[in-house]
Amino acid sequence: MSIADKQQEIVEEFAMLDGDMEMTINYIMELGEQLPEMDESLKTDDSIVKGCQSKVWLMADGDESRVAFSADSNTAITKGLVSLLVRVLNDEEADEIMNAEITFPQEIGMNRFIGTQRSNGFSAMIKQMKLYALALSSKTQTGA
Amino acid sequence: MSITTDITVEEIRKQFPILNQEVNGKPLIYFDNAATSQTPQAVIDALVNYYQKDNANIHRGIHTLAERATTGFEATRKAVQQFINSNEVEEIIFTKGTSEGINLVAQAYGRKFLQEGDEVLITGMEHHSNIVPWQIVCQQTGAKLKVIPVNKNGEISPDEFDSLLTERTKIVSVVYISNSLGTINPVPQIIEKSHKIGAKVLVDGAQAAPHHQLDVQKLNCDWLAFSAHKMYGPTGVGVLYGKRQLLEKMDPYQGGGEMIKEVTFAGTSYNDIPYKFEAGTPNIADVVAFKAAIEFMQTIGFDFLHQQEQSLLQRGKDQLFGIDGFQAIGNAKEKASVIAFLIDGVHPFDLGMWLDAKGIAVRTGHHCTQPLMDHFKIEGTVRASFAVYNTVEEIDHFAEALTDIVKKFRK
Repeated sequence: MSIADKQQEIVEEFAMLDGDMEMTINYIMELGEQLPEMDESLKTDDSIVKGCQSKVWLMADGDESRVAFSADSNTAITKGLVSLLVRVLNDEEADEIMNAEITFPQEIGMNRFIGTQRSNGFSAMIKQMKLYALALSSKTQTGA
Repeated sequence: MSITTDITVEEIRKQFPILNQEVNGKPLIYFDNAATSQTPQAVIDALVNYYQKDNANIHRGIHTLAERATTGFEATRKAVQQFINSNEVEEIIFTKGTSEGINLVAQAYGRKFLQEGDEVLITGMEHHSNIVPWQIVCQQTGAKLKVIPVNKNGEISPDEFDSLLTERTKIVSVVYISNSLGTINPVPQIIEKSHKIGAKVLVDGAQAAPHHQLDVQKLNCDWLAFSAHKMYGPTGVGVLYGKRQLLEKMDPYQGGGEMIKEVTFAGTSYNDIPYKFEAGTPNIADVVAFKAAIEFMQTIGFDFLHQQEQSLLQRGKDQLFGIDGFQAIGNAKEKASVIAFLIDGVHPFDLGMWLDAKGIAVRTGHHCTQPLMDHFKIEGTVRASFAVYNTVEEIDHFAEALTDIVKKFRK
């Protein structure tokens, strides 16, 4: 499934919640619970994403042909939010990730649901994931 | 001043149109009053009326609107003087908030009079706005910042204060009521002891002004800073009270219009107090409307305010403390209507988001008191702070909502 298709899928899932805040949070938390556990040794100061009220750890592995993300947060809701990003960008080519236009947060009304300040945290997460993709693709290129 | 009428909370609520709304499909419960309280219709009307009828720049214009605007502005100064019982109206300086008042004293007094070896004494529960201005001026002058430690209940101990107060202490700057914990500090005793050794005392009254009758003559503080937006007034207005002889000794804080007597390129002579400290066009509309907030508080009276807030605090303790994993942060004996807490195993951010989904507005985070959070070895808390328009029913509903949320995390 392409990045665009995955985003479309998320938009459709959230549309079913009909804008109900409690149901939305419940769903976001459930998604967070499904996020594969992140290795504790990866949760370092280097993998913390700045700009969030809560703590988010993000790490990537792989090469330019396939980037695998792992993530965690110390809050249940943020963990759910970051799991959405992982779902959209995981297992994609580095190039695809770097060029991806992430539109689903606006489309599912992320501003309305999590507020502007925290959306900034969200853009910090996206930026970090793209930086990882860039780093992994240049590593592959240097190696080759 | 405190006219105890048979006014009811129900009647008071009717004066606050903002409370009559739904948030996320639920009736709004506003428990973030320590950050900003809501404004009654009279304040909103005063603001609208000013812009509809009287808007003009103050003090210099000779036309009718300028005269009306000036009269309104100065009427608030007079109202503030009476509200805090200062000796003279010239001792009331309008600022944009408590932070600016503290910065003004730090720069206009501290920078001029502090020297290397001098000490500035604050408590461990200060808001950043009563820490950073002193760090800046200490850096500029070589003075040292000393901190009175806070105990596990969120109080300062008189003994610690006594041992830190020495002849080197030149300024003591203390918060009257802690915004994070609600602790009421023994400010009258602090002032008395500080004066004995010749130190000047600034009181951060941001949280005290909405709850306590502040009588600056009785308190005998040297400066008092507070904000309108925490006492049912508009945002962007604060007051700095200072004793006349001190204000006169202080250098201007900022240069500009209004604060001068005569300007030539060779030099400038400064205006008298309070105008010396009010450079530029002030926030006229909000200052004018602030008077309506003071009148609102006077009509209700501090007796009623106090009684209502303490009963809300008690109800909050009764209803919340038994909730699974509930841990109150700050258990001072003397406490304002603030309940700060954590729930074991649930991050404050998650609690804040869930409560918002249920229409309940609380504050989460470090509340601009990071050193205090470090002291308790926590990152932040959830803080519910009550005002006179809050009801026991709202607290009961809050407790039910919180219980329900905690269950979601106990699967």
